[in-house]
Amino acid sequence: MTREITYGQAILEATDQLLANDKSVYLIGLGVPDPKGVFGTTVGLEKKHGSNRVMDMPVAENGMTGIILGSSLVGMRPIMTHQRIDFMLLSLDQIINNAAKWHYMFGGKMKAPIVIRLIIGRGWGQGPQHSQSLQALFAHIPGLKVVMPTTPYDAKGLLIAAVKDDNPVIYIEHRWLHNIFGSVPEDFYKVEIGKAHKMAEGSDLTIVSSSYMSLEALKAADFLKKDGISVEVVDLRTIKPLDKETILSSVKKTGRLLVVDGGWRSFGVAAEVMALATENCYGSLKAAPVRVTFPDTPTPTSWALANHYYPKAIDIINSVRTMFNLPVKTEAEIGISYDVPLDVPDKSFTGPF
Amino acid sequence: MDKALLKKLYYEMLRIRLVEENLASLYSEQEMRCPVHLCAGQEAIAVGVCANLKTDDYVMSNHRSHGHFLAKGGNLNEMMAEIYGKETGCCHGKGGSMHLVDLSVNYLGSTPIVAGTIPVGTGVAFGTLLKGEKKVTVVFLGDAATEEGVFYESLNFASLKKLPVLFVSENNFYSVYSPLSVRQPHERDNLTIAKGHGVYSDKGTGNDVLDVYRVAEKAIKHIRDGKGPAFICFDTYRFREHCGPNYDNKLGYRLESEYEEWRKRCPVVTFEKKLLQKKDIDQETIDTYKNKIQSEMDEAVLFAKNSPFPKVSEVYTDVYAEEKKND
Ligand SMILES: Cc1ncc(C[n+]2csc(CCOP(=O)(O)OP(=O)(O)O)c2C)c(N)n1
Ligand SMILES: [Mg+2]
Repeated sequence: MTREITYGQAILEATDQLLANDKSVYLIGLGVPDPKGVFGTTVGLEKKHGSNRVMDMPVAENGMTGIILGSSLVGMRPIMTHQRIDFMLLSLDQIINNAAKWHYMFGGKMKAPIVIRLIIGRGWGQGPQHSQSLQALFAHIPGLKVVMPTTPYDAKGLLIAAVKDDNPVIYIEHRWLHNIFGSVPEDFYKVEIGKAHKMAEGSDLTIVSSSYMSLEALKAADFLKKDGISVEVVDLRTIKPLDKETILSSVKKTGRLLVVDGGWRSFGVAAEVMALATENCYGSLKAAPVRVTFPDTPTPTSWALANHYYPKAIDIINSVRTMFNLPVKTEAEIGISYDVPLDVPDKSFTGPF
Repeated sequence: MDKALLKKLYYEMLRIRLVEENLASLYSEQEMRCPVHLCAGQEAIAVGVCANLKTDDYVMSNHRSHGHFLAKGGNLNEMMAEIYGKETGCCHGKGGSMHLVDLSVNYLGSTPIVAGTIPVGTGVAFGTLLKGEKKVTVVFLGDAATEEGVFYESLNFASLKKLPVLFVSENNFYSVYSPLSVRQPHERDNLTIAKGHGVYSDKGTGNDVLDVYRVAEKAIKHIRDGKGPAFICFDTYRFREHCGPNYDNKLGYRLESEYEEWRKRCPVVTFEKKLLQKKDIDQETIDTYKNKIQSEMDEAVLFAKNSPFPKVSEVYTDVYAEEKKND
């Protein structure tokens, strides 16, 4: 049966089923069993599955990552959570030097099936050290897989696929997606890693986007339709390995590519997708590919600055309009208005995270 | 102890408390749009330690740093403006409550990645030693920060090079909602760990400002005498929620009775009573203090509210040191 649940609930349900179906799965992370349960995604799991399978940990990210890696070498399938991606930067050594290379450097004799859930996000003055989006950093590392689900359906299916995968998987969730609803089957199902998802069909231009920015892309596509521009939105779902086939066939069809990435501009996911298209279907391109990203600066804390830091639907719309030699428009002209301040995810939020 | 010093210790604690309480009640106006980790309940440690410091001694801290900042003499107007996200804030709005700085009093910065400033503070001490300066560097850290690897790495290097650094650990028994019991074995003892690295170590009563003062005084003397680093730790308790202006006991992660027990040991109230009893202070002076602090805080809030927001172009400045500010 399928029902409407939130993205956060979908993660919770996937974890619950994984724990129930496989005794080698365990869940560990700061605050996992606490009353708030990692933004509600781990609530009740300790009670149901016991404290030796669902547990808190010392504030020692690097050591603990090595420890879950070690347990995976002898058959466990750990899921580790971090409330913010910034905190796990302490464990880059274990992730990049060890986990990512374990299978390779021992000639394929061992595998490291670990999943690291990382929460990215924005808003309410999270600032330079609490709101980074580092998908490109992990995607750069051979041996790691990187997924970024956008919908509740994908959140569940990709978490299950990640845990079933025999490689280290970085699972990145945007905090502003946690409360969005979508239909999710009750069944235990996988969404294949490495497969993008067409969120909207179109013929004039392809937008490749991921995670929260896919919602902005969809919004932009709706407004662009009114201008007579038919946009195809390809939601990556998996950053690494990239779904080259879906991206390239779409670009070949539309002849125009705009990449939207919630990350820094230089050396990022957008650059990689643009390179992929120019290398492989240069002849089909009717215009140079364009990217909409965060600027190459850390996130400022003051909301007066942060409100201008994040690209929005209007920036996507105007980039597309420019590609079609149309004049740029203001939000008012297009009819975009906001019923909540730009630095909160929804009306109910009164800070802090 | 000198009466003036007793009054100063009281005044500084009261000031931090009133700043935090004012901040808590103003937060619901939704104009301070950043996380705030209030230190109400833990004032004695900041004040007792910093009262032993000179202006050119260095201090670094973590996410819960309003008290450390103020006790070191950090500028209240700039702190409030920073929390309000204004151009006049100590980081010009780039940082917020979790990133305080005041170089005029050698408060070198707080950052919210747990344990992040432990090695940095150790490095500041290393720098002063290399330069031949006679300054002490203090790093404030929480109980959870002692779980990070850099804590041990820093103790080791500080001891190896006999660095003039004081590590001050504030054990409030929780990391967010996680009690010590799920993070550290019962048998663990940070004093022994520090000693094991050859670091002078001592423990005091965290809610008793006089005890903190004395423990810090001895440790700082050890450091100033050139004998190397020191580690001091104190038990204490955070009164308000981990992050934000409210109370969070209703979540159920800590017992109401435990909270009440620590409330009775409130560092400000107990010290005030003691001073009154011994006639080291009178009620009139206390009231004068309160009024003075309240008007100072009112002014700081007004300053913050009336200050302009940074210009949008400021998003792009400060990324590199050589960059010129473009107006
Ligand atoms: C490296 C890292 N891990 C996790 C966090 C999330 N976090 C923020 S504050 C905090 C609690 C830290 O506890 P403690 O050091 O005892 O300080 P307290 O909040 O109790 O003052 C945690 C875990 C973080 N900021 N940085
Ligand atoms: Mg603590």
